[in-house]
Amino acid sequence: MELDPVLLSRIQFGFVVAFHILFPSLTIGIAAYIAVLEGLWLKTGREKYFAISRFWTKIFAVCFGMGVVSGIVMSYQFGTNWSRFSDTTANVLGPLLGYEVLTAFFLEATFLGILLFGRHLVPRWVHFFSALMVSFGTLFSSFWILSANSWMHTPAGYELIDGTFHVTSWLEVIFNPSFPYRLTHMVMATFLAAAFVIMGVAALYLLQKRHEDNARTMLSMGMGLVFLLAPAQVLIGDLHGLNTFEYQPVKVAAMEGHWETQRGAPLILFALPDREAERNRFEVGIPKLGSLILTHDLDGEVPGLKEWAAEDRPPVGIVFWSFRIMVAMGLLMVFVAVTGMVLRLRGRMFDRPWFLKICVAMVPTGLIAILAGWVTTEVGRQPWIVYEVMRTAEGASPAVGGTEVLISLVAFFVAYAIIFSAGIYYIVQLIRKGPVDEPPATKGRPARPLSAAGEPSGSAAE
Amino acid sequence: MTIDLPLIWAGIIAFAVFMYVLMDGFDLGVGILFPFVRDEGERDIMMNSVAPVWDGNETWLVLGGGGLMVAFPLAYATILPALYLPVLLMLIALIFRGVAFEFRFKAEGRQKHAWSWSFHLGSVFAAFAQGVILGSFIQGFTVEGRDFVGGPLDWLTPFAILTGFGLIAGYALLGTTWLVMKTEGGLQAWAYRNAERALLAVLGFIAIVSVWTPFMDPDIAARWFAWPNIAVLSPVPIVTGLVALGLFVALRRRFEGYPFIGAIALFGLSYLGIAISLWPNVVPPDISIWDAASAPKTQAFMLFGVVAVTPFVLAYTAFSYWVFRGKVRGDTGYH
Repeated sequence: MELDPVLLSRIQFGFVVAFHILFPSLTIGIAAYIAVLEGLWLKTGREKYFAISRFWTKIFAVCFGMGVVSGIVMSYQFGTNWSRFSDTTANVLGPLLGYEVLTAFFLEATFLGILLFGRHLVPRWVHFFSALMVSFGTLFSSFWILSANSWMHTPAGYELIDGTFHVTSWLEVIFNPSFPYRLTHMVMATFLAAAFVIMGVAALYLLQKRHEDNARTMLSMGMGLVFLLAPAQVLIGDLHGLNTFEYQPVKVAAMEGHWETQRGAPLILFALPDREAERNRFEVGIPKLGSLILTHDLDGEVPGLKEWAAEDRPPVGIVFWSFRIMVAMGLLMVFVAVTGMVLRLRGRMFDRPWFLKICVAMVPTGLIAILAGWVTTEVGRQPWIVYEVMRTAEGASPAVGGTEVLISLVAFFVAYAIIFSAGIYYIVQLIRKGPVDEPPATKGRPARPLSAAGEPSGSAAE
Repeated sequence: MTIDLPLIWAGIIAFAVFMYVLMDGFDLGVGILFPFVRDEGERDIMMNSVAPVWDGNETWLVLGGGGLMVAFPLAYATILPALYLPVLLMLIALIFRGVAFEFRFKAEGRQKHAWSWSFHLGSVFAAFAQGVILGSFIQGFTVEGRDFVGGPLDWLTPFAILTGFGLIAGYALLGTTWLVMKTEGGLQAWAYRNAERALLAVLGFIAIVSVWTPFMDPDIAARWFAWPNIAVLSPVPIVTGLVALGLFVALRRRFEGYPFIGAIALFGLSYLGIAISLWPNVVPPDISIWDAASAPKTQAFMLFGVVAVTPFVLAYTAFSYWVFRGKVRGDTGYH
């Protein structure tokens, strides 16, 4: 069988970007959390903030390391596997990625060194400042990369000259129509994902009756954030969906599982979309609700997939189901947020084992939602790499053969499997150990070890 | 010759790549040297000497790649497919090396040992792959229209393998001189001894590459040896020789800071030599920086960012090095 380099490159891109996004998703939220904790410690001097910050900084460092190494892969993959795409769109996308490196990557990487290793070498406020800069770096990075990604969905501010994109307006490029929605939706998703991880760890400690004071603070901070963000995220998600409905209606048709254009379209809860037969099997839906959500009118007209030629439709089943997984995770989060708040008002949030167990089980939901959401939006815009201008297949590197891509795909798969397992293993170890009690550091250049909590004891000899 | 955007951008990318080579060079060098010290405690010191800064150093690699895409997309879109396998090797090596910083600090016993090897082999292969990329770049690429049209193994030549090993030696020199500066006692003495060896190896590689390159390409030979170029350019090899001599003396006299500066100067001169050979091509043998340039509007927009932001980047990078100044001790606390 002939190896198809384009298909393999698509699998590879999907794999490495899905792996990569897990870590920024965690580090954006955790970085902000660390900055808040460092700020609280600086202001109040209460040692629990110091202990919690140290604890999450260690976990953050592992996630960040994996994010960095998998991110470097991304920045070269555009050239190796998608050279035509790079060559054609570089005038537009190049600077967005360039600004990401300049304003974000240097900032977070450099101040990370001080955050991790400089606690004893700089005054407290400089350490807090470093935490803040790392957090800003992760947010600036989201800004630029989501701008670039959004432009590929809703290209604007450009003209085509000899088949190459040229910019007519940088403002229109950067603030393209889907960017504000996508950015808000994603940044909130990362905060939610981190909050649920933090709450899950805290709930675990409360169940185990360990580190209870710290755990109560973590759970209560996380719950406060989640109570605000989870419902707001549903609202933002809806606005993002309406924006998609305006600019990429075929994606929404796939998300909703609508084949026929219809008035008073149902909200389909369950179905098995069948691409060959161009219909759903085992469809269960609520009449008219689909139209109400998308057009705010019970009898509004909603276009179906058949409006588009078969080769211009995304793979329906994947989009339909990944969207439902994302929504289900979001609704679960809202449920936990509301339940938690009710318990909290009654003063019972910390001592209801069933609720704590739910919190532990919720740990992966934020990340699952993020992956499912990205699958929905990226698979949903296929077959286009630049929406309705350039097809994905046209973007590949013509000189790169199937064998080479297969080699790289296997290599990335093996490498990521190893480092992912190791990363999870060390994170679990850190969580087992928990926030260790130790005196806060003061500025100075000590001759003796003040702390080496990240290092095992007796590491001098093998 | 007037100063125009492609020329400025060639300068910016040359600067970014050089910053990368120097900065990641010494921390890759530390990884290359890793198994040759016997004491685990000394290995901890070696790793501690670069752990706070390696991530920022490696960001210059992303800037180099990203900058190429911004300013010379034709180069980005032809060189990377041509070097698919060496780039893959570099990326995989950098993955195993980068995570080793975090994982090795958290591991014990055999696991720690395994991450030491991950750090070492990752550094060696990353250096080798970058050297191969450099060698292939000097040799040039087969391009038709806007696509690379050569084969997947075009890069695999004796010359590129030689430059691969050459860069391992070069990074080892940067690594040893860095350790001379950052350590003391037995480890420093070890670094002095091995810096001399690395220097000899590097000079050998520089000599071979300098002789081989003009033989490989008559244009490069003409660039160096035709009159009046030979008069203008002859200081380059002469200064290189003097710098090498100075470096050797600095090592023998046990100066602590000068050897690292000398190693940087040696890299700078070699870099200059390559630039002279290839100028003005960004995809050798015949695509110039003007042929490969992106739209002026794109180069101008990004130039604005570079001018506005780079001073801050350099300032806080310098601040970070200042925070971690002085000798590294085994008890520098992690996190």
